[in-house]
Amino acid sequence: MLVNGFVKNAPPILLIKNFLGETMQNLSKIFIFGLLCLLLTTAAQGSDLDAFVGQKGILKIAGGTAHIPVMKEAAELIMTSNPDIRITIAGGGTGVGIKQVGEGLVEIGNAGRKATDEEIATYKLSMVKWAIDGVGAVVNPQNKVTALTATQLQDIFSGKIVNWKEVGGEDRGINIYDRDAASGTREVFWKKALQSGDVTKKANVVVSNGAMKTAIAQDPYGIGYVSVGHIDGTVTPVALDGVVPNLENVKSGAYGVARGLFSLTKGKPAGLAKSFLDFLLSPTGQQIARDKGFVAVK
Amino acid sequence: MNIRPGFSVHIFRLAAFGCAFLTIAVFGMMLFLGWPLLSSGQFFVLLTREWLPSQEIYGIYPMIAGSMTIALLALCLSLPISLGTAFVAATLAPRRLRKVVLVTVRFMAGIPTVIYGFVAVFLLVPFMREQLAGGSGLNILTASMVLALLIAPTMIVFFVNGLGNVARSYCLAVDALGGKPVQKLLYLQLPQAWPTVLAGIILGFGRAMGDTLISLMLAGNSIAIPRGVFDSGRTLTAHIALVLAADFASMEFKSIFACGLVLYIFSVIVVILLRYLTGALVRPPG
Repeated sequence: MLVNGFVKNAPPILLIKNFLGETMQNLSKIFIFGLLCLLLTTAAQGSDLDAFVGQKGILKIAGGTAHIPVMKEAAELIMTSNPDIRITIAGGGTGVGIKQVGEGLVEIGNAGRKATDEEIATYKLSMVKWAIDGVGAVVNPQNKVTALTATQLQDIFSGKIVNWKEVGGEDRGINIYDRDAASGTREVFWKKALQSGDVTKKANVVVSNGAMKTAIAQDPYGIGYVSVGHIDGTVTPVALDGVVPNLENVKSGAYGVARGLFSLTKGKPAGLAKSFLDFLLSPTGQQIARDKGFVAVK
Repeated sequence: MNIRPGFSVHIFRLAAFGCAFLTIAVFGMMLFLGWPLLSSGQFFVLLTREWLPSQEIYGIYPMIAGSMTIALLALCLSLPISLGTAFVAATLAPRRLRKVVLVTVRFMAGIPTVIYGFVAVFLLVPFMREQLAGGSGLNILTASMVLALLIAPTMIVFFVNGLGNVARSYCLAVDALGGKPVQKLLYLQLPQAWPTVLAGIILGFGRAMGDTLISLMLAGNSIAIPRGVFDSGRTLTAHIALVLAADFASMEFKSIFACGLVLYIFSVIVVILLRYLTGALVRPPG
């Protein structure tokens, strides 16, 4: 029954992609990117890309890792439609993003939090929020436990609560699924849901939101967390202190384990940087953000 | 058009040197990028410590232990099966069956790793979870069992070649003395083919060590030092795949090069052993 539900909800090709995770996805990405190029350049929102007509130059972007998938896809679309534009994207984390844009090393700096007043004042930054990243705990659809308090969640991940019985479920051990420390999704969940508490070393580690979903969909006794945009029928979201992690609750702010995805420029955005940020807020850009599992702001 | 034989020799030579150069270049690059670790002596510290990025400890000892355990266990599971299959495929079975076995084994070698992993996630992992190990079903034994299947074809082909290469005159002599096939196998072919068999084992072990996807999908990737076969564990290769997303300047990312170097050095040792066993022990007559 489990397998049936699983297969019904996600086509096998998606499952395979989930498994391969980010590392191997690049292969399939080339293929999918090819398809996207065909589809998007011909059919879709040519108009959103119009702003780039006639522009040329290099746009350097650095900062938060959570932003990268969206930035990459946007950059690929822009560079395919206008080969005169080169866009480079680097990681480094929020701190690096703010510092580099402030010092003029890059045109756009990405941040996974609001820049502080001090940062804005020192560097005269201007800030655009183009998506929200909410992260919810998820369990297998067979699991009766669909609500936990923050303390219970912290105790589960730290290894204090080891049996589902203790939180009103079956008498079975809890299997914890975690992400690597470099994951932006993990950062949100760890800081805001687990209050930067310990995570047991026994936790299984998976490579991506997709792999997490597959793992939880397969394991009736597992608990993990994914970006809210990734939650679908294969996993059940766990209400945290009574609030269900879903797109509406993240958007309204009722569900707190979330953060804005910001892009910063030094001074008012101009030229290529302005066009790029406008593109992120355009229907195409917002759709990319949604496709990557974030909550769109428009 | 006339192509002088000398010309094509040059092309082939270029290709050979190119490949050799690339291999050395990879080592050079890892050495270059891992140099900050090596020169400060941190490299050897990393080898013995645990992985606790939140406390700024980036040791890779659990992964070395994980890799070793998984690869060794896979070898232990795979060796009897491979050896048995090779015996059947090399001598014991009737000629037609031998062909079938060999074709099947070669086909097995051609199946992509991810298929093994994928099937295991749906069949082996639930079985492990419900019947055998409990927990999540993602553990060292699960990964080793699938890895055993993965490295078996490599070993079988090696073994069959070794057993089949025993001088024909010796085989005929055993036949003439009235030896049964089993006797021929155990007293003539196996001792004669021993170095090739050993080489096959080493190659299989090397493959098990180097495989990424199976352990990434099935071993659970926990950072705890494995205490038993039902524990979740992380291999060096899976660790590289997991941490690759970290930003370039971070210590996490630098520690990847320690993993890379360990794996590279390991492969070099495997290759040297292989050379030594196939070259020095079975020196061709004359």
